Amino acid sequence: MSTTELVIPAPREIVTEPRRSDKVFRGVVTGGGLSSLAILGLIAIFLGYRGFEVLRQEGIGFITHSDWSISTDDAGNVLDSRFGLAAMLVGTILCSLIAVVIAVPISVFSALFLNFYAPGWLKKILITIIDMMAAFPSILFGIWGFLVLMPSVEYWAKLVHRYLGFIPVFDMQVPVFTRSPFVAGVVLSIMIIPIITSVSREIFSQAPLDRIQAAYALGATRWAMIKAVVIPHGRSGVIGGAMLGLGRAMGETVAVFTVLNIVFQVNWQMLLGAGGNVASLIILKFGDASPYEIKALMAAGLILFLLTLVVNAIANLIVKTTGKSGR
Amino acid sequence: MTMIPTPTKPWTASTKDRSIDGAIFLVALMSSYLLVSLTPLKGKLAYFVCFFLAYAILTTGFKGVQRGNAAAKDALVNSLVAIGAIVTVIPVASILTTVFQKGLPGISFNLFSHDMALATPTDPLTNGGLLHAITGTLTLMVLALVMSVPIGILTALYLTEIKGRFTGPIRFLVQAMSGVPSIVAGLFILSAILYPITKAYSGFMGALSLTILMIPTIARTSEEVLNLIPNELREAGTALGGTQWRTVAMIVLPAARSGLVTAVILGVARIAGETAPILLLTGGGDKVNPNAFNGPMGSLPYYIWKSFNAGSPEAITRAWAGLLVLVGLVLFLFTTARFLGARKVSK
Repeated sequence: MSTTELVIPAPREIVTEPRRSDKVFRGVVTGGGLSSLAILGLIAIFLGYRGFEVLRQEGIGFITHSDWSISTDDAGNVLDSRFGLAAMLVGTILCSLIAVVIAVPISVFSALFLNFYAPGWLKKILITIIDMMAAFPSILFGIWGFLVLMPSVEYWAKLVHRYLGFIPVFDMQVPVFTRSPFVAGVVLSIMIIPIITSVSREIFSQAPLDRIQAAYALGATRWAMIKAVVIPHGRSGVIGGAMLGLGRAMGETVAVFTVLNIVFQVNWQMLLGAGGNVASLIILKFGDASPYEIKALMAAGLILFLLTLVVNAIANLIVKTTGKSGR
Repeated sequence: MTMIPTPTKPWTASTKDRSIDGAIFLVALMSSYLLVSLTPLKGKLAYFVCFFLAYAILTTGFKGVQRGNAAAKDALVNSLVAIGAIVTVIPVASILTTVFQKGLPGISFNLFSHDMALATPTDPLTNGGLLHAITGTLTLMVLALVMSVPIGILTALYLTEIKGRFTGPIRFLVQAMSGVPSIVAGLFILSAILYPITKAYSGFMGALSLTILMIPTIARTSEEVLNLIPNELREAGTALGGTQWRTVAMIVLPAARSGLVTAVILGVARIAGETAPILLLTGGGDKVNPNAFNGPMGSLPYYIWKSFNAGSPEAITRAWAGLLVLVGLVLFLFTTARFLGARKVSK
């Protein structure tokens, strides 16, 4: 009697544990992913470590007074030093605020134009141009700003001074218009227009289509529709975009250095040719700095890093929550 | 026989509307000319401002009379929005024309065949060139590429494929990293590696700082690209018994190939003209230096910076010529990225 015996293979054990290759893969990818955390952490640690000595010596004065002087004897020993960033911080904030004030209306209008006014072909071309503008190197903006833009900006600064001079920020005692924070602000505004425009455009394009069409159906003009639907939807997104631009403007180095006259004195008069900028200070002083002064520059870099980090973090949070809330 | 009415399009502009628009345009143009010649205002920008003020006021007033308040506001915003778009484009046009106008006279053959070892920026243009700067910039770009591409793409893979505990924080940190000022990246390499370890300027130090600036661009663009890959592909890979590693390596990454290349090129374009960290770290030599690990290395931004600060007319022409080469490089990279990016997911 021959029976073919049915061979039932033992069921394979079902495991939820990933294979070794997957474990390695996940480990490597997670490691790569965590590198951004590592780099940001290392930046803070190293700049803090190098600048610690100066920060301890100057204390809170490092951000509240505005002398920057160091004297050494022939052997290179530090005799006396006083480092303060107040003028530079005020200058940084002044320049980037000017930039944002100029750039935000222009960017919002051009984002509205791109989304609701421009025909398709024009929209495509304009978006390419704006993206291209974001890829231009900063030294190009700096040199162009210095040689081409500055003469005409000076002319407008003089007009503003003559007719609006009674407002404190437009006032000045000595009529020096060259290389003022205003010029730097205009150059910076051109540099941050692309980023604010593209963030605003993205937010505006998420405006709920049904409401837009409802507004038109009720007989709204285009502006009435924008005012009723798009602006309430995108307001906080635009604020986030503006803060992203602010962060960019604060950290900009070369372009500002080329057009700004750096003076170690707190100056709120934006048309006067004397300003400050933390990043430009670092470039300015780095060339012939003694080792101790380098430490002060590291501390200045740390302050700048933390400042831009906070501004960027707030901006990203705002943009993210707007994007999510949808309507 | 019934008449079939021809469909009308009451929303399109009639000939009358068009001619009124044209008339307003011409009147605005003329009044801008009058304003500029009658008042002390001068310059191209003044014409521009006067024209737009005149145009905005005229259209707003006309629409207000013709159709009332709401239409007037709409017309005003129409012209404001157009101004916004034009003001955004003007700087680009001005920058490009200036670079071409001032840079072209400085472009010659020996620019690409000589370095500045035997010349100073103030020499006549027949002496020296920017060969060292071009080779230096290319070296920096390649080194930064080699270091940042793996990290950037791994970060993107973590965000799209693994989606572990840290996804939120890492996405946030990558965004924060893209806001790190370039000078801070330079100072970081200076404090963490150059002073304690190598103690000498070199191209490699510059490339390290550029890597920091490049990672976020690559990571964010790659994440967008990988998110576009349909989930069915991943599920198909798993259903065929592939491990996650095999699925990602054999299916997801090849499918996203051209998008990833775009991400990488955009990253390179971002750092090609980066100046501040280069000034701090590379030492900016005047000779062609093929060794990135030893000796100062020149680069286009450094060359432009040095020539611009030398100040003589020859040096300024050199700077513009350098800028023209740099802009050409950036535009080439940008156009390539656009071209490839047009088809984000290849077949």
